[in-house]
Amino acid sequence: MSGLYGRLSIAGKQAVWAWAFLALPVLFYVVIRFWPTADSFLISFYSWNLLGTPRFVGLDNYVRMWSDPTFWLVFRNTFEYLIIGTPVSIVVAFVIAYYLDQVRFAHGLIRALYFIPFMTTAVAMAWVWRWFYQPVPIGVFNNLLSELDLPTQPFLRSTEQALPSVLAPAIWAGLGFQVVIFLAGLRAIPESYYEAARIDGAGKWMILRRITIPLLRPTVVFLVVISSIGFLRIFDQVFNMTDGSGGPLNSTKPLVLYIYETAFQSYQMGYAAAQTVVLFTILLLITLLQLWLLRSK
Amino acid sequence: MLRRFGRAMAAAAVGIAVAWGGSASAQQKVTIEYWQYFFQQRVTAVDKLIAEFKKQNPDIEVVHNHFPYADYRTKVAAAIPAGQGPDVVQLFYGWLDDYIREKLIQPLPAAQFPIAEMEQRYFPIVQAMKRDGQYYAVPTAVRSLALFWNKRLYREAGLDPEKPPQTLDEMVEHAKKIVKRDRNGNVTTAGMTIDMTAQDHHWIREVLIRQFGGAPYSADSRKVTYDSDAGRKALQFYVDLQRVHQVGTNGFMDESQAAFRAGRAGIHLDGSFRLGALQNQRGLEWGVTELPAQDGKRSNFASYWVNAVTSKATGPKAEAAAKFLQFMVSDAAMQLWLAETGELPAAKAAALSPANLAHPLYGPFIRGLDYAAATEFVNETAQRQILIDAVDRVLLKNQSVADSVKEAAAAEQKLLDDHHRK
Amino acid sequence: MTAGALPSTAARGAVRFKDVRPGRIVAWTLLAMGGIAMVMPLVVMISTSLKYPHEVYDLNLIPVEPTLENYLHIFQNTKFLRWFVNSLIISILTTASVVFFDGLVGYVLCKFSFRGRQVVFVAILSTLMIPTEMLVIPWYLMARDFGWLNSVWGIMFPGIMTGFGTFLMRQFFEGVPDDYIHAARIDGLNEFQIWWRIAMPLVTPALSALAIFTFLGNWTAFLWPLIATSNRDLYTLPVGLASFSGEFATEWEMVMAGASLATLPTLVFFLIFQRYIIRGVMLTGVKG
Repeated sequence: MSGLYGRLSIAGKQAVWAWAFLALPVLFYVVIRFWPTADSFLISFYSWNLLGTPRFVGLDNYVRMWSDPTFWLVFRNTFEYLIIGTPVSIVVAFVIAYYLDQVRFAHGLIRALYFIPFMTTAVAMAWVWRWFYQPVPIGVFNNLLSELDLPTQPFLRSTEQALPSVLAPAIWAGLGFQVVIFLAGLRAIPESYYEAARIDGAGKWMILRRITIPLLRPTVVFLVVISSIGFLRIFDQVFNMTDGSGGPLNSTKPLVLYIYETAFQSYQMGYAAAQTVVLFTILLLITLLQLWLLRSK
Repeated sequence: MLRRFGRAMAAAAVGIAVAWGGSASAQQKVTIEYWQYFFQQRVTAVDKLIAEFKKQNPDIEVVHNHFPYADYRTKVAAAIPAGQGPDVVQLFYGWLDDYIREKLIQPLPAAQFPIAEMEQRYFPIVQAMKRDGQYYAVPTAVRSLALFWNKRLYREAGLDPEKPPQTLDEMVEHAKKIVKRDRNGNVTTAGMTIDMTAQDHHWIREVLIRQFGGAPYSADSRKVTYDSDAGRKALQFYVDLQRVHQVGTNGFMDESQAAFRAGRAGIHLDGSFRLGALQNQRGLEWGVTELPAQDGKRSNFASYWVNAVTSKATGPKAEAAAKFLQFMVSDAAMQLWLAETGELPAAKAAALSPANLAHPLYGPFIRGLDYAAATEFVNETAQRQILIDAVDRVLLKNQSVADSVKEAAAAEQKLLDDHHRK
Repeated sequence: MTAGALPSTAARGAVRFKDVRPGRIVAWTLLAMGGIAMVMPLVVMISTSLKYPHEVYDLNLIPVEPTLENYLHIFQNTKFLRWFVNSLIISILTTASVVFFDGLVGYVLCKFSFRGRQVVFVAILSTLMIPTEMLVIPWYLMARDFGWLNSVWGIMFPGIMTGFGTFLMRQFFEGVPDDYIHAARIDGLNEFQIWWRIAMPLVTPALSALAIFTFLGNWTAFLWPLIATSNRDLYTLPVGLASFSGEFATEWEMVMAGASLATLPTLVFFLIFQRYIIRGVMLTGVKG
């Protein structure tokens, strides 16, 4: 064996080493990533409750999805999380990072304060916020409002307010991450650009609009994609703040919770798999969009 | 096929056990697993029962596992087909159909549970556990609903603390006197609890609808019949508690039982299983009475938790499981269960003792059994959600009561149809 | 090269903002207040966890009668300690595996030339686009068929290697000069030794960033552990916490104590390794 190896060219030896190193990982990616992906597509064409034999039903699951009002509501909710969550978190994070970048006094401490929520567990925080949202006499927010003689709010007990209420802790927890990424982006802008602009007599606002924001484009694209994917996959907060129901009246139920319910509570594996295919398609489009945006730079 | 095999195995196991008799203790220790959902008093009760059982059967080890109510059913249904999980399992009676169909449980061994004795010993509800002449499960305890009231709040509201409401009108009247608000109009003490996620959906379904002159389902439980005058009146009455009479709000203190336990609610409808928790609540002065009548008509909702041997238990495990199950429904176990959890014995003689009927706490529940109905759920979680949504649509979306009832009935009918078509 | 080495704009702009203007004081004050608001939920959580039930709904932040009774109750009556250890074991094992394999694969894909390299790289990169949710059902079936449910391996097997880590490490190995590797080869080290002793130590910052993210991700993971475990003894901390909170809901001081127990370790971790963690985040922002 070693004789055989000894006779190989340098390139040959490299290849042997490479494949020896890659053997286990390649097996892993095939068995734990690619095969399940294909399996999901396959299951989506079957009707199966986990117990009996899967029955091939063609496109039935997709047809059913098309005419399932709950699916469309859930679809809408999922995008609502995205459409509110992404811009709000990015704008707020940018404003904080922009000013924090200019601050020297206690810079590290303030940055740490913003970052700390990122280190928490979503499940734990969901329960903390869930308590905050309770009506008088136990909820912290409503007790505060009542103390100030302001009208109390239903929060999780309202079909309009529940979704933003569930979203808030998700934005809160991710904000520090985005601030730090923006700080890194701001620092990467060469000082010479600013000096040139100042020599040209540009004001602060002009510098922000003409230099800072355009040069932060890659950072913004990165954050938009990361947070979009995060909001599209929201689950932990909803599950723990609504007793796993996505209520009231399904007004907070995101796609992932619907998938979980369909698969692991109703045992309709085929229908659930069809929903995951839709989620996959959406995430794929977003990732491709990111690649395209970064390339057109 | 599999079921027959399991049955044969169980029979063989029993045979072997009989043949070997007392030498079993010399054999290797058998470990079986018992599952139930989490409810503090039941967990304590089962722990005590297991300790006692182990004393009598040192050769059997019983592992006790419990899960939150919300996940429980999922966990059982996922574990058993995978050859994991419980050998003896506690189930809500409404789930039985699914479990039998999905072959998650096996028939009770006739040796320990002779069919003739079953009908003699238990309330007629055991009939619901019989399929093709065989029993699949046996109940330990029965529960029904009753009205709890807070005597201190009654006194504060100028009401007689020893005279709880006997009719729906009286109940509303009392609740209106008890409710307290802060200066901004927020409820700080509820006149009565409104909480669809607890027992109220049972109350609407089996009590209010019947009291308003209707029935929730057809006699064979195949048709939803509450899209009717009675159904509309029942829902109207329920939502009016919050909207018109303003005696409380849905979701007050997150859970109705918490509000009552904290002394923040005057009237609370709940099951007999709440007795245990309330008895441990220091400083709370409370009483319990039968559910209020309407036009002289009373109704109640009864439900049962049953124990069954799963299809996972085979061979010596099946034998041990049967032994444990038999122990779990012995008179002594039922007595302990009543003392620990406040749930009523499922054996007739034990429940209907004069002492129990006259008991200030158990009495109202046991009397309630007389006129109680049990819903034949096909999917309790989904059917519960349908009524929760029906109330939410009116309270949160201002849908008309008639439309909401109609929508709920249609959704539930579809659920029943889908189930029976399978 | 690394973002951590860049001076902040504030430092660079010291000349620009040498005069302290009122606008800057206002900005600083607002930022500081915002920062305090950010940690308020955690402060309230910890403060409530130290209160007796009768004090829970008062709005005071400092408990009148602080008590550790809630924590004691949790340790005595639940399996919190066990869940904690489970999470720790799973997070550590997974992190070790990810650092090892992602480092190895990233290195091979960067420094070795062989047929099929590009195919493997693109294939691994493409797994980044597959959402976990899509794999959960097949994983569940796989775990069920292989008897992996309710085991540590069953919880961790989907995460022992990551496409993201591989990609990140490959980027960082680009910065390792080929000369070092050639020199090591001449010194008679075999390829594994070259990777492990020479190349890996040169990318420690990236490795620590990868380790931190992997650890955090596994520590807080919820969906898969929720599906993969039914045995209470094998719950991870988030799954245990969810079930515990469901059982104790309305006893908010208990829920807050449980939430604090799940949160405090990562907070302490952050306070100790703050610099590395922040630098790690910045690295991913720049390289990812």
